[in-house]
Formats: sequence, C-alpha cells, structure tokens
Amino acid sequence: MKNLSMSMKTAATLGLASLGLVAAINVQAQDITGAGASFPAPLYAKWAADYNKETNIKINYQSVGSGAGLKQIEAKTVDFGASDMPLKDDELKSKGLVQFPMVIGGVVPVVNIKGIAPGQMKLTGQVLGDIYLGKITKWSDAAIKTLNPTLALPDEAIQVVRRADGSGTTFIFTNYLGKVNKEWLDKVGAGTAVNWPVGAGGKGNEGVAAFVGRLPNSIGYVEYAYVKQNKMTFALLQNTANSFVAPDDLAFKAAAAGAEWSKSFYQILTNQPGKDAWPISGATFLLLQAKPVDMAKTQAVLKFVSWSFKNGDKTASDLEYVPLPATVKTQVEKSWAVIK
Amino acid sequence: MTPSTSRTSSQIADRVFSATASGAAWLTLAMLLGILLSLTYGAWPAIEKFGFGFFSSAVWDPVKNDYGALVMIYGTLATSFIALLIAVPVSFGIAVFLTELAPNWLKRPLGTAIELLAAIPSIVYGMWGLLVFGPVLATYVQQPMQKLFKGIPFLEQFVSGAPVGLGILSAGIILAIMIIPFIASVMRDVFEVTPALLKESAYGLGATTWEVVSTVILPYTKTGVMGGVMLGLGRALGETMAVTFVIGNMNQLDSPSFFEAANSITSALANEFAEAGEGLHQASLIYLGLVLFAITTLVLTISKLLLTQLKKREGKIA
Repeated sequence: MKNLSMSMKTAATLGLASLGLVAAINVQAQDITGAGASFPAPLYAKWAADYNKETNIKINYQSVGSGAGLKQIEAKTVDFGASDMPLKDDELKSKGLVQFPMVIGGVVPVVNIKGIAPGQMKLTGQVLGDIYLGKITKWSDAAIKTLNPTLALPDEAIQVVRRADGSGTTFIFTNYLGKVNKEWLDKVGAGTAVNWPVGAGGKGNEGVAAFVGRLPNSIGYVEYAYVKQNKMTFALLQNTANSFVAPDDLAFKAAAAGAEWSKSFYQILTNQPGKDAWPISGATFLLLQAKPVDMAKTQAVLKFVSWSFKNGDKTASDLEYVPLPATVKTQVEKSWAVIK
Repeated sequence: MTPSTSRTSSQIADRVFSATASGAAWLTLAMLLGILLSLTYGAWPAIEKFGFGFFSSAVWDPVKNDYGALVMIYGTLATSFIALLIAVPVSFGIAVFLTELAPNWLKRPLGTAIELLAAIPSIVYGMWGLLVFGPVLATYVQQPMQKLFKGIPFLEQFVSGAPVGLGILSAGIILAIMIIPFIASVMRDVFEVTPALLKESAYGLGATTWEVVSTVILPYTKTGVMGGVMLGLGRALGETMAVTFVIGNMNQLDSPSFFEAANSITSALANEFAEAGEGLHQASLIYLGLVLFAITTLVLTISKLLLTQLKKREGKIA
C-alpha cells in the first residue's frame, strides 16, 4: 500500500514536472524578438512589459537603429523590424516585407536665445532651410525679422546644431526641409545621415538637446518628447495653410489625419495639409515578413500590435508619443490579410 | 609504474601542450587574416568605385552616395598626434617622479592611483569632456584667444570656430588624459628594472638626477619606453566613444582651426553604421575600418623598425 502511494506520488510529480516543461516550451515558443529604430524603443519596452504582465508573452526589442532593424528583418533573424523611415511600396515588394505605422511623433526646432520664451519665435520652412544651409547666419537677418517684428533678435551668429549619428529624426527633418526649400533639395537632400553644410553634431536627441541648452544663440532639432521633458524653447512653424502652429499632440494628429493612408502606408507626414497640422511630423513603422517562415510568431506579433492599439494609447501619451487615429488603426489591422 | 611509462605519458602531455600553444598562436594569425579578408570583402563595392581616390576626397555625402575618407583620416591622425604630444612628456615626468624622486611612502599609492585612471570607462571620459571640459576650454581658452588674435590673418583662422569646446583639440586632450596611465605605468615599470648598480655608479660619479635619467635609465630602457608610447598610440587611434562625444562630428576640412569640429574614423563608424543602408554607404564605412586597420598596422611596423634601428646603433656607440 505504502509503495503504491509512493509510486503514485512519483508519477504525479513526474506528470506535473513534464506539464511544467511543456508549458515552459510553449512560453519559449512565444517569445518574440524585434529590432530597429531607437525613437519608439521606450514605448515598445513599456508596451512589452504591460503585455507580458497580462499574457506572459515576452517581447524583446533591441534598439539598434532603423537601418539595422531593416537588415535584421530582411535576414529573418528577428520576428519584426522597426523603422522611422518607411520603405517605398516597390521596395517592400522586392524585399518581401509588409509595413504599417505604429505611433506618431514630431520633430521640433528648438532655439536658445536670451529673452525669447517657448513658442515666441516664428519660422518658415524656407528660413529654417536657409539657416541649415548656412545662408542665414545671424539672428538679426531680415528674413527672421520680418517673421518676428516684435522680438528683440540679437545681432549674433546662429550656432547651428544637428544630429551627428544617422537617425530617423534626421530623415524626417531633412525630408521636410527638402519639401519646403528648393536649394536644400538640390544641395543636400534627405536621409538618415546627410552631408551637412554647417553645424556641430550632437550624438542622439540628448546630445543635440545638451548643445542647444549650453550654446547661446543656437538652434537645433529634437524629438517632441525632449522638448517637453527639458522644457526647451520651441519655435512655431508655418504650415501649408500658412498658419503658425505649436508642436503638440493635436498638431501631430492633424498631420496624420491629412495623410492618404488608404492608398499606401508609405506616408511621410511632413508638410501635410490641414490648418492645425504640425509640418515636421512622422510615423514610426513596423516591418514584417510578408511570407513568414514561422507563422505562429508573426501572428503573435500581430496580436501584440492589436493589443497595444487597444490598450496602449494612454501609455503612449504618457511617454509623449501620439497614438494613431482610430481610422488608421482599423486600416492597419485590415492590411494584415496579405500576410500568409 | 615504471619510469619509462611515466616518461611517455609526460611526452604525450608535452606534445598536447605544445600543439595547443602553437594552435593558439596560429589561430590569432588566422583571425587577423580573416578580419582583413572580411573587411576587404565588405568594402569591395566602395574600393571598386572610389579606389585610391577615397583617401584624397573630403566629401562624405550619404544622400548622393559619394564618399571620401580624407576628413576622417586627418581627424584620427591629428587627434592621436596631439594626444601623444601631451601624454608622452607628462607620462615621462610621472614615471621619473615615481621611480627616482618620490619618497617611498608616496610611490605605491600614487602609482596605483595612476593605474586606476586606466580603469575608467572611455564613455565617462567622453561625457566629462562634453559636459565639463568642453565648456571650460571654450570659455577660458578659445574665447580669450579669439579676442586676442582678432584681425591677425593666420592666427585668427587658427582659433576660429563656434565656441562649443568641441573639435580636434578637445578630442586630442581627452585622448591624452586617457592614454597617460598606460604610457606612465609602462615607463615606470621599465624604469624600475634598470639595475641599481648602474644608477648608483652614475650617482657615485657625481651625476645629477637628470643626467642619470637621460644617460643611464633612458638608453637602458628605450625599447620598453617606445613600447609604452606605441601602446598609448594604438589606444588613441582606436578610441571611439570618448572621441565621438567631443570631436563635433563634422565632415569639414575648410578651416585649419583646432577648435573647429571635425570627425575621426572611429567616430564616423560609431555614428553611422547602425543606420547605414546596404550598398555603397555600408561598404564605404567598412572601407574606413580597413583604412584604420592599415594605419594601426603601419604605425606598429614603423615603431618595430625604429626599435631595430636603435638596437643596431647601440653596439656602435658602445
């Protein structure tokens, strides 16, 4: 009798143990790995942590940069890639990938001039481009004066600050300058790294923010979150409707609403129509294999995205990102039908 | 166990040991070759397109896919040169002080403190350079010099540039601080092995400390001193993070100013590699890596040649 109960116990323990093993394997199979852009990394990490609490599924996101993320999803070493620079539709097709927007952000010009408060300075794309081309070299330049007749502008050289490292922020910024300043388009162009005519390079958003904060009479450009967190002196920008707008959630949303998402997800949200639209907005994208090797994992990624679309808006706003408009979210979820 | 079997087993152990040891040595060589080959393979599109023109072109334009390495090569060499210019005399002074002049109770703690400097991560030096040293250099050195030299044709250009405290000079100084512990501790170690007999004899003949250092210690230890300097130079050439923070990362060669932002090979690689798309941009960055590899190899070879030259002359003088 005793022996029997012992062996039953052993069997039960063994059974439990093997059950546990199976469960462990299951969990492991659902671990998702992604890599790419550093801009959305804090948000993806927070979403992943919240998602993990609810579902026990682990999502590892490596913030390695948009270019590297693209390379890794192409090589199928990760389950999803992330990029601030969308791929054109024909490129997507040839690489066998699909992409969709995740969240919106904005790039904001910031200045450091004594006596000028946030939101006081007005700039146009043309003037901003000329400053970054090195054509406008002093704050007292007539072009800046006509835009800001009431401001006391110093007769000092403009210290231009820009990103030193390749980055999606630079891509959005230079893309905007190319759209509004003909000479910029011809001479410099748009990209994650460009041949800057002037300016000191800071590493990362924090590097640029530090330079602008330290250098008198400087101008730089950073992600919106940095402007808010560091209370930087942002400038107002003129949009396509000729109104000067301040960068905030509503202005980014307005820019996203003006894009034709139904045609293609290749939308760069710079210089969008809409009277409230912030002109240097951009979305950050997720990339997946169109014909995934491991369908289960890709499905798990999609589940995570749906979950964050449904439950993640507050987290996004808390971290100074702007959630996609509801219509765009629906379009994104519909677009997944092509993944087979 | 008979003596003969124990001998065979030790012979086997000997053979295994020598095979492992030589294997490790050959593996290093194979890895070196492997790195060289894979760099060349990765850089091939850029080598094909730009060839040797890569070394003379100062353009780096990822948008138009036109690349040249002149700015980065200049930045790497100039910062390392400034670093050596500062670090070698300072390290020499430290080593002489520690071996010849310092009282005994001070030698050990001071020596350890200098060695500890080598343990500080380079990114810490970089951040210190950016946030503390850069502004100090700009406010107390560059701006007064700009005022002083205003209107003087050549000197004015030499100190031009935004007063940010970023550029070749600050990168060079930060590098100097970083390599001083390496050079100083090697120098101290080799100075210490100079036989006391030689030194005492010289002192006995009435030589001053400087005469002992210059005529006894230095000739006796020149190989080691040279080795220490080369170790420092190697570190300076390859240093990445600290330089990235303070060099300004600007691809320009328009101004001779040491205060102007510039770029170095390692810094360009660190900044651009992650975001570089496939194709010419990536290939050109790998080409840059190959160039750095070549520069360090060249520097090491020259220093070895210099040393053998020194050794040959040694016999003649004596």
